[in-house]
Amino acid sequence: MLDHAWLIPAIPAVMFWLILGFGKRLPGKGHELGIAGVGASFVLSCVAAVQWIGRSTDVTIGEGAHVEHVRKAVEHSTTWFDIGNVHIRVGTYIDGLSVALLVVVGLISLLVHVYSTAYMHDDRRYTHYFAALSLFTAGMLTLVSASSALQMLFGWEAMGVCSFMLIGHWWEEKENSNAALKAFLTTRTGDVGFLIGLSILFFANGQTFDVRVWNANALGGHVSHLVLLMGAIALMGAVVGKSAQFPLHTWLPDAMAGPTPVSALIHAATMVVAGVFLFSRLYGVFFTGFSIAAPGHGTFTVPAVIGGITIIIAALLAFVQDDIKKVLAYSTVSQLGYMVMALGVGAWTGAIFHLFTHAFFKACLFLGAGSVSHSGSHHSFDMKRDMGGLRKHMPITFATFGIASLALAGIFPLAGFWSKDDILVTAGHNGYELFMVVGLIGAFMTAAYMTRCVWLTFYGEPRGAAAEHHPHESPAAITAPLVILAFLSITAGWLNGFGFHYFGHWTTNETLVHALERVNLVEPRFSFPAAIISLAVAGSGILLAWLYFEKRALGPLQDLAARNALAARLKLVLVRKYYLDDLYEKVIVAGIAGPIARGAYWFNQTVIDGVVNGAGVGAKAAGHIVYDIIDQKVVDGAINGAGFTAEEGGTLLRIIQTGRVQQYAAALFGAAALFGLALVFFVGT
Amino acid sequence: MNAFDHWALSGAVFIPILGAVLLAFVPKRLEVEIKAVALLTTVVTAGVGVYLLAHFDYDKTHQLQYAVDRSWIDVISSRYHIGLDGISLPMLALSMFISVLCIVYSWDHFPEPHNPKAFLILLLVLETGMNGTFVAQDLILFFVFFELVLLPMYFMIGVWGGPNRQYASIKFFLVTLFGSALMILSFLALYFKVTLPDGSHTFDIVKLASVHGAGIAHGAQLLIFGGLFIGFAIKVPMFPFHTWLPDAHTEAPTVGSVILAAILLKLGTYGFIRIAIPILPEAAKSWAPWIGVLAVIGIIYGALGCLAQRDMKRLIAFSSIAHMGFVMLGISTLTTYGINAAIFGMVAHGLITGMLFFLAGSIQERFHTRELDRLGGLLLQAPRMGWILGFCAMASLGLPGLAGFWGEFPAILSTYSPAVGLNLALFRTFMVIASIGTVLAAGYLLWMLQRVAFGTVKAEFEHEHIHDMHGPEYLAWTPILVLIVLLGVVPGIVFRVTDKPVQKVTVAHVEQRRSVVTGQTAVGQP
Repeated sequence: MLDHAWLIPAIPAVMFWLILGFGKRLPGKGHELGIAGVGASFVLSCVAAVQWIGRSTDVTIGEGAHVEHVRKAVEHSTTWFDIGNVHIRVGTYIDGLSVALLVVVGLISLLVHVYSTAYMHDDRRYTHYFAALSLFTAGMLTLVSASSALQMLFGWEAMGVCSFMLIGHWWEEKENSNAALKAFLTTRTGDVGFLIGLSILFFANGQTFDVRVWNANALGGHVSHLVLLMGAIALMGAVVGKSAQFPLHTWLPDAMAGPTPVSALIHAATMVVAGVFLFSRLYGVFFTGFSIAAPGHGTFTVPAVIGGITIIIAALLAFVQDDIKKVLAYSTVSQLGYMVMALGVGAWTGAIFHLFTHAFFKACLFLGAGSVSHSGSHHSFDMKRDMGGLRKHMPITFATFGIASLALAGIFPLAGFWSKDDILVTAGHNGYELFMVVGLIGAFMTAAYMTRCVWLTFYGEPRGAAAEHHPHESPAAITAPLVILAFLSITAGWLNGFGFHYFGHWTTNETLVHALERVNLVEPRFSFPAAIISLAVAGSGILLAWLYFEKRALGPLQDLAARNALAARLKLVLVRKYYLDDLYEKVIVAGIAGPIARGAYWFNQTVIDGVVNGAGVGAKAAGHIVYDIIDQKVVDGAINGAGFTAEEGGTLLRIIQTGRVQQYAAALFGAAALFGLALVFFVGT
Repeated sequence: MNAFDHWALSGAVFIPILGAVLLAFVPKRLEVEIKAVALLTTVVTAGVGVYLLAHFDYDKTHQLQYAVDRSWIDVISSRYHIGLDGISLPMLALSMFISVLCIVYSWDHFPEPHNPKAFLILLLVLETGMNGTFVAQDLILFFVFFELVLLPMYFMIGVWGGPNRQYASIKFFLVTLFGSALMILSFLALYFKVTLPDGSHTFDIVKLASVHGAGIAHGAQLLIFGGLFIGFAIKVPMFPFHTWLPDAHTEAPTVGSVILAAILLKLGTYGFIRIAIPILPEAAKSWAPWIGVLAVIGIIYGALGCLAQRDMKRLIAFSSIAHMGFVMLGISTLTTYGINAAIFGMVAHGLITGMLFFLAGSIQERFHTRELDRLGGLLLQAPRMGWILGFCAMASLGLPGLAGFWGEFPAILSTYSPAVGLNLALFRTFMVIASIGTVLAAGYLLWMLQRVAFGTVKAEFEHEHIHDMHGPEYLAWTPILVLIVLLGVVPGIVFRVTDKPVQKVTVAHVEQRRSVVTGQTAVGQP
């Protein structure tokens, strides 16, 4: 399967067309095609994973004590087209990173498909929905298996379109189509960097888009550092846009306008992790460009700073959300911040491992939130108004949501604990202590806001819809995916936990080993003190939040915003999302679409058109003057001075006012004649 | 070369005008017969086109094939020289293809004051002009065809156009004619100033291009290029010569807009690639930064113009200015990538924007308005049209996998490494600005889509029965949509044809900097 990996994205892509063409005529309205396609892709991905693990580690890198054995990536490519004697190639590049992502994407997408058959039942555009899901999955699978960066852009943008379609799925309401536009335009803004980065690196690497060559050249010192830095900064723009990093994170919470299973898919396995994937796939370029973990290059790197800021600001926003999906959305932004920060401090394995574990518990949380709204709160997502006390009515949803929350909070021995720990230890080990602290603060906040979220949803007294309607457990198509994901939320971390390093060994690749070797890094092993600290931090987050919400303890902090003006103002800043949306929507977008566009159009209609029309008017006037003065008056020799001024002035005015276009002729040809004279003079001599 | 090969290319040019003559003898009341004759004429022309494509030697795309070179107007040494190479071929194919579809679409869509006979005669004359321009290899012949296009379009806008048609048609006519006047002066200057090795003077494009403007002083070259520049730039149109375009597009009947966008604008960019750059490569290099500046201004300015529109058709017209900005940006780099991208962009823009104008026309026919404020919920009333509009918006904003991408991205790519001698910093600034233009493009196109297709139906149209696509619309649009996807996935279809002749055009610029951008050698391809 490693040699025929193109099949994995191709199957859902074909299914997209089949669902569009025949979906409506099938008994399942197309969902059977979608499930079959993604199921087949998932099975093939698993086969590929087994083959990859069984592949011999026959590439030896380094010497002496640092020798590493890695598996050789499987690359197959063929010429796509030729331009200017350069072959632009297309193909698959499969290594541990690709395999891990293929399996995760296939699995999450499959579960989302199954879940959607119940959740989206009776939807207005059921068939379209499944078609878009298939194309979405195909886009992500294309991205992770691509051998060329140009090909990655194809998968990348395919996902952009599908997210546009799915976020705006219920486009009758303006709010939803606005969210779709916002998502597309914000990520597209980041994609400016993608286009520029592709151009820079294409030429810097001797006119190729091959990712293996890019990494090898970057690490081998064949490309100047300045060019790499420029390329890395440009591509970072794409990562920031797609992976919702500060300051382009604002589209992701709005993307909640789409159906909930789509949110699960976007947040767990596709779309937003695409940015992180791009970063890790082209790690050679970023690593060298940003001087990550390079001795003597200070204690911070650009991506680490961006990721670190994102962790904190997004986690703060999660505290003031009443919409359960928005809590989860900000949580995703924050967790993506972890991954970007991890890559920025040289914790490649930790980042990928966190991406892997996060996919399971975040999908579980989103699908759980969907289950709550589907069967518990009568389609509402408002925790404060329509939820509360749901744990008795929805035991499976509660249990799975709780497990996933603990995993997200990083509680031993659940999945999130291991991956987060991996990142923090490596950050400290590589000399980025500051970011280790940022990560710990983030862990504390994550634990606290998830406790608040669980408390508001499942504990306390039922409120609003949860009290009025009869909450009940969701059907099996919804709970089965939840159970599977909860199981994985517990166990997925063990692949690289308890002293095992399977995940690290399976995903490591030549780029990584070369990079690490160059700065003489060793992959850190599990550190007992660090684990205790991070566990204590997460535990105290849960404990404090529990005391605050359930026990109404911590008196001075209760309702602080109601009593203290400063606290109230700070809360307002959070509620207004740091005013970033105001800046983007009311200043930048409104400015360009409003005064700037109108100004340009005014310039067009008044100045440029005015010149053209004026030329016509002038020509006509000249004609009149020639005719009236020279021909009629001078020649006829009958001029009445007073009459002339008044009459001629009137004529001119009338000509200007009527602005008839026939008058162009003389002016234009007059100009042409001048040009002709110029030609005769200059060319002729 | 057999007899048919010898006549085929001339046939492709003149069959339409023969059809027009034939039509003149069909009585006006026999409408079905008139339409049938017109359709048959374009189909036969396209059939000849298929023959030409099928027998084209794709290994020698840089050579003129089916060439005919006979004496024509001896007194001014102008010859009837036509031929087809890889630059002409996509444009000729596009012209024939769009002509057929326009007649299919018009089948029962003739705008007021109806009169299919006159309308179709004009359309056929137009096709001869367009096809002729793309195969002419003699400057005078080129000029004749180039001007032949003006009259039918003038009448189409002036007679079948919207309320402000007179202003628009005269503006269109005079502004382009103004450009033509400068162009013919430059042609004459080329004739008199370029001396071939054998001492003779010529209007022959191939011969002129082979000497690269040798013997003309640099200042004179610049001036001659300037005349060509204005002539072609008005046709493209480039900022600030574009003001005829929004008016002409807005007022023209649907088919007129489609042909205008799909083919007529390309006559200008084609002129740059066929005539201006190969014949005066040195002057081209001096002009290139200015062309690039105007191109990126056009990209941003066109996008801003779009955002200020309330009329759907006028919005699409302004988007043409932005898209042709990308084409001109590619040309201004004088590199293989840039000019290949430009030709691809010409084809893609022809298909995509042509399609958008078809849609605007069909929407206007149903709702009797194109005002964005009054439209909405098209997806509810005519879902197929709504989805096609969404598809075309995505294609137009340069989505990878659809045709528009290959006109846009390689153009951006090429500005990173323009021809040797051009200012790197300047062109890389263009790269950044053009990339930002892609965001604005997404902005105005999706904004239009949102206003027209999403949301709910406005009260005034709530109870109106809106018919989704008609038969002729299916027939006319399906081939375009298929091509947009096909070219997007397999761009080699076009690049394979254009690559070699484009290299011939750029060879004078000693190619682009080969992998020495950083001053270091990089490991090349596997």
